[in-house]
Amino acid sequence: MVFNVIFFSLLAIIILAAAIYAVVQKDLLYAVIATGVISLVLSIYFFIMQAPDVALTEAAIGIALTTIIFVITIRNTSRREDEIPVDKEPDRGDEK
Amino acid sequence: MKKAFIILLLVVVGWVLADTFSQITFGESRLGDVKQPETVGAYYLNNTVEKLSVANVITAIVVNYRGFDTLGEVTVLFLAASGLASILYRRKEKGEHDVMILKNSSQLLQTGAKLIFPAILVLGAYVFIHGHLTPGGGFQGGAIIASGFLLMFMAYKDYHVSHNVLTWVESVAGIVFVSVGIWGLISGATFLENVLGTGTLNDLISGGVIPLIYIAVGFKVAAELTGVLETLLNFKTEK
Repeated sequence: MVFNVIFFSLLAIIILAAAIYAVVQKDLLYAVIATGVISLVLSIYFFIMQAPDVALTEAAIGIALTTIIFVITIRNTSRREDEIPVDKEPDRGDEK
Repeated sequence: MKKAFIILLLVVVGWVLADTFSQITFGESRLGDVKQPETVGAYYLNNTVEKLSVANVITAIVVNYRGFDTLGEVTVLFLAASGLASILYRRKEKGEHDVMILKNSSQLLQTGAKLIFPAILVLGAYVFIHGHLTPGGGFQGGAIIASGFLLMFMAYKDYHVSHNVLTWVESVAGIVFVSVGIWGLISGATFLENVLGTGTLNDLISGGVIPLIYIAVGFKVAAELTGVLETLLNFKTEK
């Protein structure tokens, strides 16, 4: 029982820390990796909670595919949250 | 001050969560009282194994009892993939290679990817073919196969999967799903009714139409997710 409490609170704290880090972090690449960590710990949770189907889905989609899709999107846009790249600035009526 | 507040928040929320989880009794059935036959969960648990000969009750619920919902889910995924492709897909000029990955990856990644790629494909196929016997199913197997293709996309910068092949696989899998449903209608029952004989429990060919539908869903999901990755990787922003 004590082991359960310690283990689960450790996992919960990892999830919470990763989530807060993903929100606070300005570098979007690190934030995406943090969301991948959330999915990893979540799939461990699902497995322990006797839901191996959901754990498989979460492992394949949450860790691998979603993270990589976000990374590709970051490659195509900007890496930092507050940065507006000069060559991708939207046109504001130059060609009217 | 801000950091202290964050740590305080972490401790409080973690403590509340730990308290909640410590009161859950692990290993016991939490689906309500199985002996009360009027609840839906009890009906599924008591009748699936005998009536459908399906060992994995979750698969029976997803494909058989709630098959129409699964058709809707597959449709949503199809719409998302085709919407993304219609926004991002651009027909290439002759001799144009606009691959986003510009640098070659390391020798270690290339060799490892070539070695492990067939194993990932076989694992994904195993997961969706055995969907009615072991945990997993069409969605999970399809996602595993798509992550295998993702590994190859990352390792080799000129690795391509033909869009035509993906479209064909996806269309044929969708047609198989819907025609299995219509087969139920033709034979006088409802849409997606389990019309085949269910066979014996724990056989590979058992459970009626459930393996057919899950194999179709596996191919469809794998083709869709691979198509999404291929479209995203080949998209280049206009400079």
